[in-house]
Amino acid sequence: MLGHLPYALAAWLILWGLYGIVTSRNLIHLVICLAVLQTSTYLILLAIGYKAGAVAPIYADMPAGTVAVDPVVQALMLTDIVVEATVVALLLAIAVQAHERGGSLDPARLCALKG
Amino acid sequence: MLAPWPVALPLVAAAFLAGLGDKLPRRLADAIAIGAAAITALCCALLLAGPPVVYWFGGIQPRSGTAIGIDFAIDANGAGLAVLSSLLILAALFFSLKYFDKPAHMFQVLLLVFLAGLCGFSLTGDLFDLFVFFEVMSAAAFGLCAYKSREVGPLQGAINFAVTNTAGAFITLSGIALLYSRTGALNLSHMHRMIAGHDDSLVLAAAALVCTGFLVKAAIVPFQFWLADAHAAAPTPACIVFSGAMVEAGLYAVARLQGALFGLPQLRTPLLAAGVATCLVGAVMCFAQRHLKRLLAFSTIAHAGVILCGIAVLEPGGLSGAGLYVVGHGLVKAALFLCAGMLLHRLQSIDELALHGRGREVPWVGVLFALGGLLLAGAPPTAMFFGDGAIHHALEAHPIARFAVTVASIATGAAVLRACGRIFLGLGPREPDAPGGGEQDEEPETEAAPIPWSMWVPAAFLLALAIGSAWLPREHAGSAAARMLDAHSWATQVLDRAQPAMPSPPPEEPLAKGLAHAALTVGLAIALALLTLFRKRLPEILRGPVRAVWNPLAGSLRALHTGAVGDQVAWLTLGVAALGASLVFS
Repeated sequence: MLGHLPYALAAWLILWGLYGIVTSRNLIHLVICLAVLQTSTYLILLAIGYKAGAVAPIYADMPAGTVAVDPVVQALMLTDIVVEATVVALLLAIAVQAHERGGSLDPARLCALKG
Repeated sequence: MLAPWPVALPLVAAAFLAGLGDKLPRRLADAIAIGAAAITALCCALLLAGPPVVYWFGGIQPRSGTAIGIDFAIDANGAGLAVLSSLLILAALFFSLKYFDKPAHMFQVLLLVFLAGLCGFSLTGDLFDLFVFFEVMSAAAFGLCAYKSREVGPLQGAINFAVTNTAGAFITLSGIALLYSRTGALNLSHMHRMIAGHDDSLVLAAAALVCTGFLVKAAIVPFQFWLADAHAAAPTPACIVFSGAMVEAGLYAVARLQGALFGLPQLRTPLLAAGVATCLVGAVMCFAQRHLKRLLAFSTIAHAGVILCGIAVLEPGGLSGAGLYVVGHGLVKAALFLCAGMLLHRLQSIDELALHGRGREVPWVGVLFALGGLLLAGAPPTAMFFGDGAIHHALEAHPIARFAVTVASIATGAAVLRACGRIFLGLGPREPDAPGGGEQDEEPETEAAPIPWSMWVPAAFLLALAIGSAWLPREHAGSAAARMLDAHSWATQVLDRAQPAMPSPPPEEPLAKGLAHAALTVGLAIALALLTLFRKRLPEILRGPVRAVWNPLAGSLRALHTGAVGDQVAWLTLGVAALGASLVFS
């Protein structure tokens, strides 16, 4: 039962992240909601690789046959963090520009294009 | 040994230019960027000409059927997409030589990173690498879209583009994680062997999640809202790559994953339904625009729907048609975007109504534009014509989809021809202040000046290539498509090092039938364009009913395209829920 908790939490974070983006009235808030959506993927990845009682996957001083958690998902998560950092930095830079040019951080007031 | 170069070379050139670009003479920096793109195109063309290959990085081969390393699994479809991407990047680099008044080496850097991402995305055989290359390509594309960062339009377009695509990408990543939890592998063929025959609800839900990110990139209804905002606002040289290769890359990923990994017949109905909706929405919205780049952007949506219909039948005939269609459409659409860019450069406007008759100054652009419009409606000879015929043939059992595909060809061709008649021939009444909603005009990107050779040569070259693409070997495309859908044969080549088998190509549609169909769509497109231009001369009894249907239809669809990023993500959520439900409960 407790093993399913991370997945439930991830689903909850996905939904809150999406809800935040949909209702956001501030670009900085919107970008942070996107980051919240992203944290759900960290949880899913770590939960998949987790084993109760296992050690970190560093085998330097370990006797052969020690059970370790899955290192692949951790590598995936690191890549995921790099991706997030790139996109969030880029979006925040665009938000700063939008504030300078449009005078507002409200996405609803930034609508130059529609229809 | 050629396999890693299409990714490595543009990345190295981009890093070099990013570091030293402003210290080099402008001509040298331009030459490095163009040279890197040209050599990449050559490498991809050699990969396309050769047999399917599997390249393991670091030489780490699979042991007893278990993939340990990371591979590029290259077939004709992937290599073909990479060739198309590098040709379009090459055209974009040429076109941008005189397009920006200031030196634009950062623009070139972004284009080269974008190319590296696209090539890696087309060639990789690993699911997580597919995601990483997808993000490399996306990040570069967000930067390209926001390049004109001094105006509000491009910033809004870039925000909509980046937020919806990134949200889609995280949903894809969740799906990848779920599939990894089931299989413990990330190699497509290895995963296929673990899940083959186990299409339980976890696999189905994961398939829906994984496909979502790629369908967002492909601008499939209801994920299409970002595309027009991004394409209308991005600099013209970036638009041609967005429309010609990036959207198609999303569809390629869906076909590739269905073929090499999922093999789920349940995907047919939801994908076909989405394809039909995309054709129709794109066609109506395209015809309702007056901003030329936005018009072309919506036509890309309609054509993405056509390509998805070809893929969604999950048969080699439809898939090979979709492949040919991608090549022809990419080249024609890119040439049309370049024509719009030339108009913006020379006449400082791309509003169809404001430009009424002013295109007579640049008749050659008009010739290219009209030719592009005819080819877009399905006129031979292009690969698009043969692809259209093959898709129609494959949709024999789906009359609604055939109808939607035909509507897409007619409406998009008619919209381009209507704009052409109005701008270059001055047909129809002059109505610069007519209420025609949506985006109207765009800040020019350059000082008004005569069109330099670096602008019209790429456009003419792309149209010539589009016509030349009619002579692509269609049997080869057919057998490549059959192979792409054969996960078992892929798996034996990737994991057991078996020789690649070449299946026989699917039967083709008879040429006469295709020609008759093309004559119908092109004729109707021309007729529709003329009727719209001269509608004031028609009797009221004809105009009334058309207006009674068209105005509410276009008006309500337009009202949905609010341009607000929150609405777009709400549609995305609805779409992923619908896709997941239709798979899990099918």
